[in-house]
Amino acid sequence: MSTATTELDHDDHHHHAPSGIKRWLFTTNHKDIGTLYLWFAFIMFLTGGAMAMVIRAELFQPGLQIVEPNFFNQMTTVHGLIMVFGAVMPAFTGLANWLVPMMIGAPDMALPRMNNWSFWILPMAFTILLASLFMEGGGPAFGWTFYAPLSTTYSNDTTALFVFSVHIMGISSIMGAINVIVTIFNMRAPGMTWMKMPLFVWTWLITAFLLIAVMPVLAGAVTMVLTDKFFGTSFFNAAGGGDPVMFQHIFWFFGHPEVYIMILPAFGIISAIVPTFSRKKLFGYASMVYATTSIALLSFIVWAHHMFTTGMPVGAELFFMFATMLISVPTGVKVFNWVATMWRGSLSFEVPMLFALAFIVLFTIGGLSGLMLAITPVDFQYHDTYFVVAHFHYVLVTGAIFSIMAAVYYWLPKWTGKMFDVTLAKWHFWCSLISVNVLFFPMHFVGLAGMPRRIPDYALQFADFNKWISLGGFAFGLSQLIFLALLIKACRKQGEPVSAQVWEGAEGLEWEIPSPAPYHTFDTPPVIK
Amino acid sequence: MTERSSNSQSNNSKLVLKLVGVVIGMFGFAFALVPLYEVFCQVTGINGKTSDTAAVYESIEVDHSRTITIEFITRTNTGMPWEFKAQTRKVEVYPGEMNQVDFYVKNTTHKDYVAQAVPSVSPGTAALYMNKTECFCFNNQPLGAGEEAIMPMKFYVDPQLPKDIKFFTLQYTLYDVTASAEGVAMNQG
Repeated sequence: MSTATTELDHDDHHHHAPSGIKRWLFTTNHKDIGTLYLWFAFIMFLTGGAMAMVIRAELFQPGLQIVEPNFFNQMTTVHGLIMVFGAVMPAFTGLANWLVPMMIGAPDMALPRMNNWSFWILPMAFTILLASLFMEGGGPAFGWTFYAPLSTTYSNDTTALFVFSVHIMGISSIMGAINVIVTIFNMRAPGMTWMKMPLFVWTWLITAFLLIAVMPVLAGAVTMVLTDKFFGTSFFNAAGGGDPVMFQHIFWFFGHPEVYIMILPAFGIISAIVPTFSRKKLFGYASMVYATTSIALLSFIVWAHHMFTTGMPVGAELFFMFATMLISVPTGVKVFNWVATMWRGSLSFEVPMLFALAFIVLFTIGGLSGLMLAITPVDFQYHDTYFVVAHFHYVLVTGAIFSIMAAVYYWLPKWTGKMFDVTLAKWHFWCSLISVNVLFFPMHFVGLAGMPRRIPDYALQFADFNKWISLGGFAFGLSQLIFLALLIKACRKQGEPVSAQVWEGAEGLEWEIPSPAPYHTFDTPPVIK
Repeated sequence: MTERSSNSQSNNSKLVLKLVGVVIGMFGFAFALVPLYEVFCQVTGINGKTSDTAAVYESIEVDHSRTITIEFITRTNTGMPWEFKAQTRKVEVYPGEMNQVDFYVKNTTHKDYVAQAVPSVSPGTAALYMNKTECFCFNNQPLGAGEEAIMPMKFYVDPQLPKDIKFFTLQYTLYDVTASAEGVAMNQG
């Protein structure tokens, strides 16, 4: 058994790395870097969450009571930036680091030194971004979408820091994506053919291609904002012959694939968890691969559905409306496949499965409100209201983030070798599930009734719903402290030891190596059946 | 083992180079979107921008069978303290016929300003048929403190204008470009 020998000699043979802080600073081990990414993402999740608490505290009552409008705008902006670039994306990269090599039978990522860099520049980026909040004039206050001219003519000088931090985040994700692609292309164990790869690997491969295609476009957009603001160019300045609407085209050409970057790995996670706890093979493996690919391709031709109210010609509105609706077909295929996997399976409801089931139901709600938003004429009513906020929080919180939590609960015993505290985990699940719906569901109603997003005050008729929303928000925030406690316990290696397979129905290479996963795995490639 | 790993290293570098090529290409593509967008809008006229160079009026047959109503709207951008008015709010013209509309501007401040007018036509498709032979919007307009001026705009509507457009609006927005205009003047000086 190759894995057994590796485990025995890994300390003296390989592990000449420094200990303490230097181990983490200089590590090139995919498991260490995965852990770093995941903890970083969790800290950012709590930071961005704290900002959401400020937002919800201000919106608890109509009128201005806690923060200045300008600070409120900084909170909405930085909350969005942190959750997108600091929490969801690094968490997925962390999972990819931990899991992709173990799932394809590779000893490590293909480019370990770059892997170290791509993680360690992230804390720098977010230090710059967060530091700008404490500077004169405050941090970015133009929304995470940084529409020109808000980010050019009407922003303050710390915009430069915002631009540099986005550049660094972009470089980090591009390096991470390149690493994933090279690993999957070149490091698969012999016999691990394309159509044998686990879906998490497939979805991450496609995500990585989306990343290298659109993160440079984001870099271009922030560079244009920088030169417009500081060096007198007129990309988005109408007086100089530019066009502010063009900003939105460039931004959403990045932005729409970006939302699939934040959900495709989630599809891979759910496709791993549902079969395990249904004790059946995944229904429609090949159709899952093709559906993921078509979602990725379609994501490039739907960007202007974010811009229906900018005064596009009717022909373009129709095109983007129908192209957007087309995406619901491959997405529907996926939801159907998950349900069909569970059909007549012998289901059990361990914590990862609970999160996966919540994902399927709640993500579908978010997808449905997305379809409503895709209908051009009604989008004129929904545009820039809380209905949009409800939509993207259903797909990102109960979608992406629930899938990340499901993944953590699913693979955590493999990482630590101990079963996590199941009681705490169930408390975490039920508290989160109830509070997240109290938090986001009423947003649909206030949105339909016309409450605009990103405004620190609102009309009196929205007061009752907003009180509920805020209470749900506080409860959801506090529920995450249960998760924090659970993770600390898990990292201290408390709990019952688990077997290599951990979950009864789990299949895949990562379940064939011992728990906890040894520091080095698959030095000799495994045999693929 | 070493052979295998060195082999895979060169495979890795090849793939990394290709992927870095994609990244650089997409960064360039973001900037290429700017001229692409301009050309696309010029061809289709969907953003309502009229041409920023003077058209030449060739004597074309005036289409007396229909009239087009054109409304002129003027506004000044936030922080641009000028008075800006169209002398004629609305004209009815025959397609192919030359017309002139004058605009009145006054610098109400005690400072010299340079302004740039930016046109926008609604519905956007009409912009393609709005041919200006002379327009104050082709150049920067400097105006000293307290000065006023009449700025002419000569145009004709292309008879090819789609029949369903009977009415369109031309809006001018005045922007303050004093800062950048001074920069240019200093560079030239």
